[in-house]
Amino acid sequence: MNLTLHIWRQKKATDKGGFATYKLAGVSPDSSFLEMLDQLNEEILAGGKDEPVAFDHDCREGICGACGMVVNGVPHGPQELTTTCQLHMRKFKDGDELWLEPWRAAAFPVVRDLVVDRGAFDRIIQAGGYISVNTAAPRDANEIPVPKTDADLSMDAAQCIGCGACVAACPNASAMLFTAAKVTHLGVLPQGQAERGPRVLAMVAQMEAEGFGGCTNHGECESACPKGIKLEFIARLNRDYLKAAIGGREAAQQRTVRR
Amino acid sequence: MELRSNAPAGPIETSWDKHRFDMKLVNPANRRKFKVLVVGTGLAGGSAAATLGEMGYNVEAFCFQDSPRRAHSIAAQGGINAAKNYRGDGDSIYRLFYDTVKGGDYRSRERNVYRLAQVSVNIIDQCVAQGVPFAREYGGLLDNRSFGGAQVARTFYARGQTGQQLLLGAYQALERQVEAGTVQMFPRTEMLDLIVVDGRARGIVIRDLVTGKVEARMGDAVLLASGGYGNVFYLSTNAMGSNCTAAWRAHRKGALFANPCYVQIHPTCIPVSGEHQSKLTLMSESLRNDGRVWVPKKRDDIGRASKDPGSIAEADRDYYLERKYPSFGNLVPRDIASRNAKDVCDEGRGVGPGGQGVFLDFRDAIQRLGQKTIEERYGNLFEMYERITDEDPYKVPMRIFPAIHYTMGGLWVDYNLMSNIPGLFVLGEANFSDHGANRLGASALMQGLADGYFVAPYTVADYLARNGNSGVDADHAAVKAEVQGVNDRIQKLLNIGGKRSPNSFHKALGRICWDKVGMARNEAGLQEAIAEIQALKAEFWTNLAIPGSADSFNDSLVTAGRVADFFELAELMARDALQRRESCGGHFREESQTPEGEALRDDENFSYVAAWEWKGEGQEAVMHREDLSFEYVKLAQRSYK
Amino acid sequence: MSGKTLALRDTTIGKKAIMAVTGVIMVGFVTAHMIGNLQAYSGREVFNAYAAFLHGLPGPLWAARLVLLGSVIAHAWAAISLVRQNRAARPVRYQVKQTLATTYAAKVMPLGGLILLFFIVYHLLHFTTGHVAPGEFRGWQDAYHNFVTGFQVPAIAGVYVVANIFLGLHLYHGVWSMLQTLGINHPRYNHWRKRAAIGLAVVVAGGNISFPIAVLAGVIK
Repeated sequence: MNLTLHIWRQKKATDKGGFATYKLAGVSPDSSFLEMLDQLNEEILAGGKDEPVAFDHDCREGICGACGMVVNGVPHGPQELTTTCQLHMRKFKDGDELWLEPWRAAAFPVVRDLVVDRGAFDRIIQAGGYISVNTAAPRDANEIPVPKTDADLSMDAAQCIGCGACVAACPNASAMLFTAAKVTHLGVLPQGQAERGPRVLAMVAQMEAEGFGGCTNHGECESACPKGIKLEFIARLNRDYLKAAIGGREAAQQRTVRR
Repeated sequence: MELRSNAPAGPIETSWDKHRFDMKLVNPANRRKFKVLVVGTGLAGGSAAATLGEMGYNVEAFCFQDSPRRAHSIAAQGGINAAKNYRGDGDSIYRLFYDTVKGGDYRSRERNVYRLAQVSVNIIDQCVAQGVPFAREYGGLLDNRSFGGAQVARTFYARGQTGQQLLLGAYQALERQVEAGTVQMFPRTEMLDLIVVDGRARGIVIRDLVTGKVEARMGDAVLLASGGYGNVFYLSTNAMGSNCTAAWRAHRKGALFANPCYVQIHPTCIPVSGEHQSKLTLMSESLRNDGRVWVPKKRDDIGRASKDPGSIAEADRDYYLERKYPSFGNLVPRDIASRNAKDVCDEGRGVGPGGQGVFLDFRDAIQRLGQKTIEERYGNLFEMYERITDEDPYKVPMRIFPAIHYTMGGLWVDYNLMSNIPGLFVLGEANFSDHGANRLGASALMQGLADGYFVAPYTVADYLARNGNSGVDADHAAVKAEVQGVNDRIQKLLNIGGKRSPNSFHKALGRICWDKVGMARNEAGLQEAIAEIQALKAEFWTNLAIPGSADSFNDSLVTAGRVADFFELAELMARDALQRRESCGGHFREESQTPEGEALRDDENFSYVAAWEWKGEGQEAVMHREDLSFEYVKLAQRSYK
Repeated sequence: MSGKTLALRDTTIGKKAIMAVTGVIMVGFVTAHMIGNLQAYSGREVFNAYAAFLHGLPGPLWAARLVLLGSVIAHAWAAISLVRQNRAARPVRYQVKQTLATTYAAKVMPLGGLILLFFIVYHLLHFTTGHVAPGEFRGWQDAYHNFVTGFQVPAIAGVYVVANIFLGLHLYHGVWSMLQTLGINHPRYNHWRKRAAIGLAVVVAGGNISFPIAVLAGVIK
């Protein structure tokens, strides 16, 4: 296959950046999208003038969440429920022209080329995305039964890989789906009940502080998510948040910070 | 050098409890005065950093990924073993211990393994308390399955993403400590050297992968949890970034490297599709419960079989595992399944591109159970297979081939998980301790979390209590020299100014290792491999091309540094394989096999841990032996006939 | 937990909750308004009697007007604030962007909201104060007359039809969004949420649009 690639090149966060165009010939339809970029980088390196295109990647089996770029206007590219690393070139046609861009969001500054800084996600988890239990000998795992439906729902939400495609897809660069997934994962388990209110208040406060936009219910995030995280979780987040913010005792006790 | 395991004596059942009682403690008020550096934030590193933070130590944690949540532990699919005996099917701590030593082909340290089995039950309790959404039954209690041919159902799982869920549990605990201020996290940071002053580990040299800044971080203890070295083979199921640099740098500073030749090869991976291939994808070996492995009997049928497997008549198919191992059939252990696949491919009966694949056929299972049942059991795996190969396994048999998956070898540690360098602890896959020559399915997650949650926090505390603060800061002349050394090496790599990319060297190195230090090894091949590795390494240092500079985000530079270390490790791996003239677990020496072609152990001469000492650039490493003694487990030859 | 939290009105979720609650009030109003106006089909006496009934209760009437005014202001304030925040969240736009799931209704919310705001002002000047009424304005005492003469002007009828199309779109996305924002969600009933939103939007906008068309067609005269 032969391709024309328009790739966002930006040396560092403070640079302006712009598109560069590359022609790439002899791409195997069996190679993955990232292997196609490996091939391009080998050519760039052999050319000796330019530097290879930087992109995040690690496991290349769709679970670590490191990879991701916007391919022709769609985060992770055209195949649904598929990360960029699991996308294969047979999904494209010979002669295709592809535009590759980084996730674009104020909260995800570009590090280099297609690499962005997703530290904001870590900070949202730091704010409260956990159950406060120290390593020790807690009680036996089977002491608290969890209804199978709850465990399954929790797992549905816990499958989030934190790749940031939801933010990239959202017209408002909102992180609601990511935050909702964690709030749901922990909020439907009995172990997560004690901190349910403070957790959602703290995580939402951090999410807002990071500069993500709000949810306007377009549903783009759900469609772009490679792991099928559901929009329904955002409703749960909203419900938990409003309950805690309006009715919860935690809200009264917590330190309210104005932005 | 005498290698002392420091394992406590006495009855094995109480040795860990007794040892814990004998260990010294650090007063809670004094803990924050101790700084602990943790390299790697997978299951072992993440759980250790979180736990030490909770205890009140001042922790710095480092990972090369952009977030600790991305460590490769995340990719583990199958599950985690624990001797809970929730099924009432006869499991016990003793049985898990016994199975693990036996599965490791009697090349692990009994007391370490017993402790592992013991704390396995705490791991499940801890993870459930953290909110890990393990699979449950309708009654709300935890579900278990039998894994990897185990006779009891002791594996806990979270769909096909157990590693992900356990890692997220540890990651969340870690982030909680970041918020609490006990842990400082350094993502996108690579450890490039270990700082040893007066024989004690006192810090590390790190490079910020975004800015390129090199600096020293000093601590009172250093914990390496940097994973395995499977990527020495270039193609493996490891993540692209998985590397041996942290461990290898420590080795060069005096830490012994144990059993590097023990690598595990997983039989059910998706075969290589072409030159472009960058990594291999593993599919859960549960597939072998219902799939039948076969190749055509006749070489002439290969072309036809690769195009249209269905056209090969039943009589012309060789279900070689069922034929050779009538009682275990397709469920023989990983190493046997892998080696047999290689054998039939070497005979020229492999299918698919390059003849490097065998069929895993679900036709009969679909006929017997219906497509719906198969879909329920393996739907996500079938989907993954189709995404990668564009073939529908409901219609045509899967093609599978073995791939490098896990490395049992690693830095030598004693019972306290401390290396021979005081203050340097090694956890998880990076150490060598618990799996012997072969790891059982669902035991990697167990070991990573056991080390991080339940072993290192005690033993590190004991070390700190006995040895006090390091007292060496970053201004120390020796530390400055180390930082300078790292900068010099980076400049050296950048200044080579050759033509060949780091990746192409890595690929070539991987090829040598796979062909000659892979599934089956022999004396001549290993000698050749050593010569070829040395020649390629020489070319590397004269013909490497790295664009860009040291003071920026530069992937080529990072890769080059890692490949340089892989060269040295590859040579040691070959040397270790050469000296071990027996077959055991993942290590198969063609010279040591039974008349039927099965692995033949030599307990008389090789019942030891081979721990290698670095002797300097261009010098051959020196082997030290830690003899293994077995007080509880009776050594026996494995048989799966 | 970080212990940090923001005041409700300072979070996007809080602002949207404000929009949802004020939205519920306004949805209730437009629905009642449309149903009340259906009496135009029963002729002058019934319609004028309805107007007289409403004006016979000045207390509740003014209370309702104040609540509605407050709702509009709060709804608009929250919307403007959200739009600004959402724009700021993506300072560099994509060169190429495809959408996967969103609807025209969702995309047109801010513009539609603005159009509706202008329309409400116009509508009040037309039927409540009579400032822009064509021909003679007879106050609420003969609302039926105002109704018929207003819609007999095709341009005015056109404005109402277009505005109500935007109202329909706004209601469709707004009602389903409101359910989502307030967390009204249950797997068993979720598939009804969009249907209910579509149903309400079609009924209200359809009812409203029927008035000018009925007048132009001579059904109401």
